[in-house]
Amino acid sequence: MKKITFKLNGELRSVYVEPEEILLDVLREKLGVKSPKCGCDRGDCGACAVLLNGRSVRSCLVLAIETDGQEIITVEGISKDGLSKVQNTMLDKNAFQCGFCAPGMIISTTELIEKNPHPNLEEIKEALSGNLCRCTGYLPILESVQEATEEGHHE
Amino acid sequence: MNDLKYVGKPSVRIDGKEKISGATKYTDDLEFGPNLHFAAIVESTEAHAKIINIDTIEAENFPGVVGVFTGKDFPFKFGLYMKDRFIFAMDTVHYVGQQIAAVVARDIKTAKRAAKLVKIKYETIHAIFDQMEALKDDALLIHPDLGEYEHVPWFFPQANTNIAHWRKTRRGDITKGFEDADYILEDTYTVPRYAHCPLETHAAVGLCDLSDRLTIWASSQSPHTQRNLFAESLAPLGFTHKDVRVIAPPIGGGFGGKAGVSMEILAAAIATKVKGNPVKIIWSREQEFYNTSQRLGVIAKLKIGVKNDGTFTAINHRLYWDTGASAEYGANVVNAVGLSAIGPYRFHNISIDSVCLYTNLPPCGAYRGFGYSEFMFGLESHINRIAEHLNIDAVEIRKINAIKENDILAYGVEMNPNGLLECIDKVAKEIEWGKEEKSDDPNIKIGKGFSLIWKAPAMPPNASSAAFLKFSEDGSINILVSGMDMGQGYLTVMAQIAAEILAVPISKIRTENPDTDRNPYEWQTVASHVTWSCGNAVRKAAIDARDQIFEIVSRTLYLPKNMLYLEDEKVKCKTKPRFELPLKEFVINGIQAEDSTFKGGPIMGHGIFMPEFTSANSDPETSQGGHPNVHYTVGAAAITLEVDKDSGEMHVKKAVEALDVGKAINPSLVKGQITGGLLQGLATVLYEDMRFDDKGKMLNPNFTDYKIPTAKDVPDEIVPIIVEVPQPDGPFGARGVGEHTMIPAAPMIANAVNDALGIRIKSMPITKEKVALANLKKEEK
Ligand code: FES
Ligand code: FES
Repeated sequence: MKKITFKLNGELRSVYVEPEEILLDVLREKLGVKSPKCGCDRGDCGACAVLLNGRSVRSCLVLAIETDGQEIITVEGISKDGLSKVQNTMLDKNAFQCGFCAPGMIISTTELIEKNPHPNLEEIKEALSGNLCRCTGYLPILESVQEATEEGHHE
Repeated sequence: MNDLKYVGKPSVRIDGKEKISGATKYTDDLEFGPNLHFAAIVESTEAHAKIINIDTIEAENFPGVVGVFTGKDFPFKFGLYMKDRFIFAMDTVHYVGQQIAAVVARDIKTAKRAAKLVKIKYETIHAIFDQMEALKDDALLIHPDLGEYEHVPWFFPQANTNIAHWRKTRRGDITKGFEDADYILEDTYTVPRYAHCPLETHAAVGLCDLSDRLTIWASSQSPHTQRNLFAESLAPLGFTHKDVRVIAPPIGGGFGGKAGVSMEILAAAIATKVKGNPVKIIWSREQEFYNTSQRLGVIAKLKIGVKNDGTFTAINHRLYWDTGASAEYGANVVNAVGLSAIGPYRFHNISIDSVCLYTNLPPCGAYRGFGYSEFMFGLESHINRIAEHLNIDAVEIRKINAIKENDILAYGVEMNPNGLLECIDKVAKEIEWGKEEKSDDPNIKIGKGFSLIWKAPAMPPNASSAAFLKFSEDGSINILVSGMDMGQGYLTVMAQIAAEILAVPISKIRTENPDTDRNPYEWQTVASHVTWSCGNAVRKAAIDARDQIFEIVSRTLYLPKNMLYLEDEKVKCKTKPRFELPLKEFVINGIQAEDSTFKGGPIMGHGIFMPEFTSANSDPETSQGGHPNVHYTVGAAAITLEVDKDSGEMHVKKAVEALDVGKAINPSLVKGQITGGLLQGLATVLYEDMRFDDKGKMLNPNFTDYKIPTAKDVPDEIVPIIVEVPQPDGPFGARGVGEHTMIPAAPMIANAVNDALGIRIKSMPITKEKVALANLKKEEK
């Protein structure tokens, strides 16, 4: 067991981990952060996505030990002080159904908007193509991101 | 009903914020404390074999293992419609992946490691992977005791065969019908198995405390049905229904795969062996593919007779279904199709045989569409071919034969009011039917495809819903129901119905997924029936509460009951415009009378709904004489498809789908169903493809090899169209819509490919490779 410390949703957290422990499990089982979900455990579905130093990663493929000293943000962190603009648009448009994919989608969307505040539809599709959703047919999610990032869109 | 305030509005989901903020706790997100145990399952590596010996010693001695359990510990059968499976395999395994033993430990890694140490000695038996082989007279029997299995009275298992159920429907004079035909087309269509792929895999936690109170948390579409089956199958251990409780947290998608009972029974059973400790079982993505249920495969032999003017004269539809190793749910899919395989068409001469066959592949069960997607692929392909032969437009021939209100259904009952023709016309207009489209790229051909939609809920005749509705001090409401919101928006719709009747805004109504101890009965959330069925129960509960409100106001304030009405959370009176009494002032604490005593008390509505007109009893040889289905929801859909004639690559430019939902309680949610269901359907026809090796092992149980659509695979445009011809017995006229949305996908693609390239593909999936090859063959000719 090794003690690692990282910034999790703005707060410094320390935790003991085995070298082979996966970040997703450590977040969920040891730190009580449940928004990242396990949909496949092999990098296919994106439900486990978190922001690692601002970049979205599949936490089921990351060793926890490698994140020592880094910064992790999950949807709990994004929603802490109220929903973001794109989350609010998703809410208004009933963008999700079962919602299991939502945390991962929101992570990918947040990363996209950070890099590219006004993406076009192709760029949005590209950015979200690693997040599987079985319920919605994606269109309401894509439309929400489009609407929230349109040039001239005001809060 | 003209000025509805909440019903018919595209309200935001009441669970929307919870889901979007990451707050929703699914089963695996719940905390169970430091005593949580985990079970790893030992699965069969053989498709069909006798179990000679199960050696658990090494696993039991593995440090950290709490217990190893096998069939010997639970020699109980279970099943929803037919009791044909055991909790763990007893002396025979019937498919690769079947559960044989469970190893329980305090952590999952230990449990999994020890599970590998359980040694099983098999004696293999010939395995059957093809339903046509299972049908043969001399076929090996997969369930030799079939004749003794308990089942619902409307199933007809054939002892000493592999036929788990055979639904026969006969009406009119089939021989004469074909004699009257000017043209008869006969052909076979094949649809393979598919996987539901909800993003959340199956998960269940069981806890049997030291007082023998058994609680199961499960990702489920059927909490009450599960409770019933758990209590029934564990009755030999002394449990009664009152001891068993199912708590159903929000679920991450179901699509029929979480209907009935599958792996959840393991949590219930194993919990009784590790009393006092919660035990969790969660399926890996792999297990989700091969060890829940799959969609049944079918080989459909279809013969239709038609007059030169396009009128259908007769249909003979024989469907041979592969239900896998268990028919406990799959046989009801087969049953539903056996009653409805005429499609939304007027036929007077009908012969349907829907035959459910055991094989040694994983068990099959409910999947969004419940058999209709499967038979509509053949039927709607067939109709296009007939139209082509007769030189009648494909939409026109559908309009000529489209079923109308009061037409007689295959089982002899009248068709319900419906807007099928309106759906057809609206879709044809929106897709610009008849207008040819060309691409600038000479390799790209553009075709259009059309299909009708139809489906009835398949439910036992006494499937019911119930609702409680209670107020709080501030006039806000909790509705207690036991349907499941698996994403379709059911909870929001229930809130809208109550809001409308009680004039309380949706923001002041809470409805949550159920706990069978607290919430009243609901059969299951399947069959696209909860909006209709539970919606009726909630409507009645709200009316009951309103009656109580009017009664107490009238009794204490001497106002005529029939002059009272509700508006803006207040009681008002038609004859006293200045009178208004806010609900919050009395719905808990009553109304103070002149003598300063209080009258009334907490307002609590209750409502139940059971379709009292249905009956599953009919002549087994003809299916005449009963009233098995409550109503059909119908619709139409079309696509514009680009096909690359060399690569076979297909791209949906536009998809249009119109459904007659009776009344869209929440149009935004209906549109969500259409978008999501269509893409799910398109994936089954364009690329989803389940592969098994020659030993019956699934080869692609993961999302790398079993492709489901991504954001890049969406059609350029989806146009949802809502048609509203009210359902007379529906809440505000509503009927169900969830499953219907995916039904037209496969035939539309088949018909569009034919329109684009002149090739007819009769087996699903219609992959690009298949299209490219078929086109090459055609061009070589
Ligand atoms: S769980 Fe990590 S990608 Fe699916
Ligand atoms: S909303 Fe269910 S998986 Fe996306």
